[in-house]
Amino acid sequence: MAGTTRFFDEMLGGDATAREPYRDYDGWFRAEDIARLRRKSDEAETFFRRTGITFNVYGADEADERLIPFDIVPRILSGREWSRLARGIEQRVRAINAFLHDIYHRQEILRAGRIPKNLIVHNDAFLPQMIGVTPPGGVYTHIVGTDLVRTGEDEFYVLEDNARTPSGVSYMLENRETMLQMFPELFTRIRVRPVSDYPTRLRRSLAASAPSACEGKPVVAVLTPGIHNSAYFEHSFLADQMGAELVEGHDLRVVDGRIAMRTTKGYQPIDVLYRRVDDEFLDPLIFRPDSMLGVPGIFDVYRAGGITIANAPGTGIADDKAIYSYMPDIVEFYTGEKAILQNVPTWRCSDPDALFFVLDHLAELVVKEVHGSGGYGMLVGPAASKKELAAFRAKLAARPANYIAQPTLALSTCPILTKAGLAPRHVDLRPYVLVAPDRIDLVPGGLTRVALKKGSLVVNSSQGGGTKDTWVLED
Amino acid sequence: MLGKTAGGLFWMFRYLERSENTARLVDAGFRMALVRGGDSSEEWASVIDTAGARSAYLSAYDSFDGARVVDFLLRDTGNPSSVLSSVETARSNARLVRTALTREVWEATNEAWMSIRDSLKRPVRVQDVHDVLALIRQQSALVRGALHGSMLRNDGYDFARIGTFLERADNTARILDVKYYVLLPSLAQIGSSLDNMQWETVLRSVAGQRAYRWLTGGEIAPMGIAEFVILDSRMPRSLAFSVGKLAENLGYLEQDYGIRHRSQEMADSLHAQLKGRTIDTIFEGGLHEFLTDFLRDICSLGIQIELDYRFFG
Repeated sequence: MAGTTRFFDEMLGGDATAREPYRDYDGWFRAEDIARLRRKSDEAETFFRRTGITFNVYGADEADERLIPFDIVPRILSGREWSRLARGIEQRVRAINAFLHDIYHRQEILRAGRIPKNLIVHNDAFLPQMIGVTPPGGVYTHIVGTDLVRTGEDEFYVLEDNARTPSGVSYMLENRETMLQMFPELFTRIRVRPVSDYPTRLRRSLAASAPSACEGKPVVAVLTPGIHNSAYFEHSFLADQMGAELVEGHDLRVVDGRIAMRTTKGYQPIDVLYRRVDDEFLDPLIFRPDSMLGVPGIFDVYRAGGITIANAPGTGIADDKAIYSYMPDIVEFYTGEKAILQNVPTWRCSDPDALFFVLDHLAELVVKEVHGSGGYGMLVGPAASKKELAAFRAKLAARPANYIAQPTLALSTCPILTKAGLAPRHVDLRPYVLVAPDRIDLVPGGLTRVALKKGSLVVNSSQGGGTKDTWVLED
Repeated sequence: MLGKTAGGLFWMFRYLERSENTARLVDAGFRMALVRGGDSSEEWASVIDTAGARSAYLSAYDSFDGARVVDFLLRDTGNPSSVLSSVETARSNARLVRTALTREVWEATNEAWMSIRDSLKRPVRVQDVHDVLALIRQQSALVRGALHGSMLRNDGYDFARIGTFLERADNTARILDVKYYVLLPSLAQIGSSLDNMQWETVLRSVAGQRAYRWLTGGEIAPMGIAEFVILDSRMPRSLAFSVGKLAENLGYLEQDYGIRHRSQEMADSLHAQLKGRTIDTIFEGGLHEFLTDFLRDICSLGIQIELDYRFFG
């Protein structure tokens, strides 16, 4: 299927001329010398190395810090395209927050029979400790990274709602910085909406969610598992750009009913903790007792309104892949509107009929683990060998409830610069949404991930994907 | 500022200072070996002593061969004070305190790490030693330049400076202590060309040979050298200068925080003691004894700073 389909290309229309949003870029590109662009491309790598924008690969040598490959051809969206996406994302994020509040309080949606009760209460991502807890300002997901894919001019699908601790926003910012340095002339010709104020907006949004215990200007800190975490660069980058302290579990303790950090002048309370540590490691007294990354007692302080944790514990239930298929219902239930953005049709393998269908069509489908992420443990049917298919079939039959399946989407392509000039590669898009009690804020842009291998549909950096700068035009 | 961050800055700059000093030490030893010719294992042994690495070195090798010593001091990752280890440690501390550094300082540190690591990938050939040492000094100068040119003059800067001068005071005192016997007045040795070279090595290890010549009009005398390296507060690697800077930067912290800690008391009293000494009284009480006391005081001061500013839990 993948070999014969004509994919929608972000840059070139059906007649191989540039689509509207790419018109100016195309004009510039045609006048450029490919050899010069290739040199620029190498410069970009040096730039990233020097800045230290690297990620650590688990299992690899500790000293091995890798770069995520960067491609210099931007992914461009028109202002009109963006505003439609923005409305759809806002709607979805509003629904997710209402859903989370409901599911941890009265559970109206279960009573109404719109979602099976078992799917929630027997789900590992559902946190019983959060029942009856209302986070400060009622915000559950302070930061959401919605993964979108495109299959046609007006066809966008939400692939995943990352409602726990979405990463990658530092690449959105650094990719733009790199482009500004390398191609200043492009930005004088084409009016691209800026993304550089994301950290300021993030700080403002987090501060607006400060708990009632906060006196004066909210103190914000970023909690990282430490320098060996694969996303450490991003943690330090965001803390730095926000002017917030970057803390680890051992810098924190409970002092007088607040979470306080050890400073050179003694312990100082924190109001908002932007944590980049998973739920289960947050508090060894409540969750995993062997966790060294969290703070003993933080959950009690949280329940008593002494600190804001962003995102709130237990938000994973909203981006669980088994819940995903109910998202259109969830949006409708809480907003009273039809979902603006489409969901990818999804077969829940826990359902015997669906399982039968999936096993029968395995070679055409994408099958994912319900709790998986990062492109690990998934099967791309059309790209899999007979042996891989057989092995996966066995796994699927053994634990059907652990999987969902989706049709192989004809992901749009966007050109990358190769030795031979431009060549189309599949892309997705992750915009970042900030939620405060009083507003939802979207930075015009996001992270475009690109599968660098010809024909590949997996864009994850852990699987050899790269990134591009994402432009939203001022139009 | 987080206690951990203060500690990270302190150690980052201690290790950067150490890498530079180790490079200087290798430079001086290398030069001595070249000038003397023949067997220079005694000279290299004293270089290893100065680096405080005798037992670590002897657990790996049994003779003080020039190429081995150079390799051990520059690129042996089993030696925590080798240039390569120091730069690695400095850089991982920099990553830890990334939020307390300007982009310029971080990038300079990261580049120093990349280029030094690159130049030390393989054993350094004799004909390349000079260039590699120059690169190490240059890279550390770039980090220092970025620090001066771009960092806010707040507590973070103070901790960086305190780390620098604590390490420098320690390193300079060690250099003197290993060579103290060549600086002792002894009629038999005066004027021999071997002595001249030994004295010059001391000066070279603290990058003071040119300044000393200018100040003394070319006359080299052991006591004068000792005075210059211990008491001359114009000399940026002398004990008096380093301790003065330590007291000064701790003083800024005292003003900034409005608290006088024990570390301030210790630094001020160490500074006052040095100012009150003359080189004659130091020699009377014994140069070696003086340096031993000094090294002990510097070590206690470091520990007290860690406690006063809560570097650890």
